[in-house]
Amino acid sequence: MSSPALVSQPEDSMPATAVAEAGPSPAAVVRPTTPPSFGTLALRWYRLNRAGLRATAIGVISLLVFLLVWHLLTTYRVVFFVRFTNVPSPLAVYDSFIKAIHDPKFLMHILLSCRRIFIGFSLAAIIGVPLGLIMGRFKLVHEVIFPVAEVLRPIPAIAWVPMAIMLWPTNEQSIVYITFLGSFFPILVNTLHGMSLVDPVLVRAAQCLGARERSIFREVYFPASLPHIFTGLTVGMGVAWVSLIAAEMISGQYGIGYFTWEAYSLVQYADIALGMIAIGVLGLGSSLLIRGAGQLVMPWRST
Amino acid sequence: MSETIATTPKGHIEVKNFSLAYETIEGAVQAVTDTQIHVQPGEFVSIVGPSGCGKSTLLNAVAGFLKSTTGIVTVDGERVNGPSAERGMVFQQYSLFPWKTVRENVEFGLKMRGMPRSQRERAARTLLGLAGLEAFEKHYPEKLSGGMKQRVGIVRALATGPKVLLLDEPFGALDAQTRVIMQQILTNMWQRLKISVLFVTHDIDEAIFLSDRVYCMTARPGSIKAEIPIPLERPRQQSMMMSSEFLALRRGLMSLIREESLKAMGGEINDLGMQGLNIELHGHSLADVI
Repeated sequence: MSSPALVSQPEDSMPATAVAEAGPSPAAVVRPTTPPSFGTLALRWYRLNRAGLRATAIGVISLLVFLLVWHLLTTYRVVFFVRFTNVPSPLAVYDSFIKAIHDPKFLMHILLSCRRIFIGFSLAAIIGVPLGLIMGRFKLVHEVIFPVAEVLRPIPAIAWVPMAIMLWPTNEQSIVYITFLGSFFPILVNTLHGMSLVDPVLVRAAQCLGARERSIFREVYFPASLPHIFTGLTVGMGVAWVSLIAAEMISGQYGIGYFTWEAYSLVQYADIALGMIAIGVLGLGSSLLIRGAGQLVMPWRST
Repeated sequence: MSETIATTPKGHIEVKNFSLAYETIEGAVQAVTDTQIHVQPGEFVSIVGPSGCGKSTLLNAVAGFLKSTTGIVTVDGERVNGPSAERGMVFQQYSLFPWKTVRENVEFGLKMRGMPRSQRERAARTLLGLAGLEAFEKHYPEKLSGGMKQRVGIVRALATGPKVLLLDEPFGALDAQTRVIMQQILTNMWQRLKISVLFVTHDIDEAIFLSDRVYCMTARPGSIKAEIPIPLERPRQQSMMMSSEFLALRRGLMSLIREESLKAMGGEINDLGMQGLNIELHGHSLADVI
């Protein structure tokens, strides 16, 4: 190995740098002149993030307007098609929130709901993702399972409540089962979809680099399907919450859904809104967790 | 590096009495018939032909992705019956794994062979250095230009030290300048590694510039129409493309392919039939103008 460069220069002498092409060389972005002052840096940062700052500012304003409208509608007890006579004001909800966070019972409701989501959703992911991968890879498994899945899939998880109560010995188990069912099908279907979109050229590339069936599965099919798997997990998490709340309202004794329904029965109107907001925040938090996990697992997709 | 750079030429490809047919509802459709080609150890051979003539089919059969209907494909006397790391392949669509960094892509073949991590990392770095890509080892393929992607593709295919390198229109999607640089890089790697290359292209200039020999295929069903040795001396320079020798070879190949392309476009085009279309042929036949 005498010369380190594989490119011997043709006689019309291309400069050696031309070989590197006009790629995204990191050095080319910032010119190494004098170090810029804090002021110019701040200005540059502002210019680069202007769109993001604008969106944040508008978002905050829009939330404040929402709270204001809510406040006005409830303090003046507006009746205009819908009746705001009994709807709690934002301040009343804030008061009951302060009371609730000192109340161990409220926290228990939330923790129980989170536990049900965790168990039901995890089971759905642990079963749904591998099943989807295997169905996508082995025709026979697909042919056997797909028809059954297609028949069961359109049944909303809530419709399973009576059947679930019969199937499972405890109430807790039937609620977890309904949460599981809600998230299972979106996860399965999206994983299958991801498998069907795997570029066959990548499989062939792996094969002629010496990869065998198991390696191709692990190194090609699985990572190639990951974006769709995560779409399935995100959708599945949303449906899991929908199913959980419905199940808790119908058959539960504890949980944030039960809390919200109980507040209506006990005429504690501020707690209804508190329950709803808690459900919203929990749903948002869990989908953010999944998005974060997705970015962690798929670093090649974040810029 | 002892594993990736060999000194003795290897990889004798032989395709004998080869034919390949697809089953359709109307019966078997012949893609390639009665084809013989061979590539000597260390030789650079191209296949050109009109589009749809089955040149990629032939290459895929050598790679082991397609089974011949009749005839056999052997490499160094061993029958090909499936893809293997002994036959490296470079695809037109780059086909880098988007979820692996440049270095991980290059390491892939070595990983499949069970080489320990530190060892294969070192090997991949050395190879990337040879291709001028060391600065990009941690980048994901998406961030690279087409030319860089294909350089990674070539390095990846060579990393396991294959006996032969198969390339399926590898530079087809690149712009003209990048293409010239890539041809130079490929020539250099080939001369260094002394492995056999089978190169499919529709670009006649590229085929002549790179090859020791060029096979020209007929329109579908494809078979070998002609075999043209390229006696141009090496190392080859860009300026040779203007030499009379080069141009003569180009003219010869051009006319062979034109004949076949016209056939592929639906038989003979009748010059008389074009008269009503108000195309001025200046006394030439339509085949010459096209």
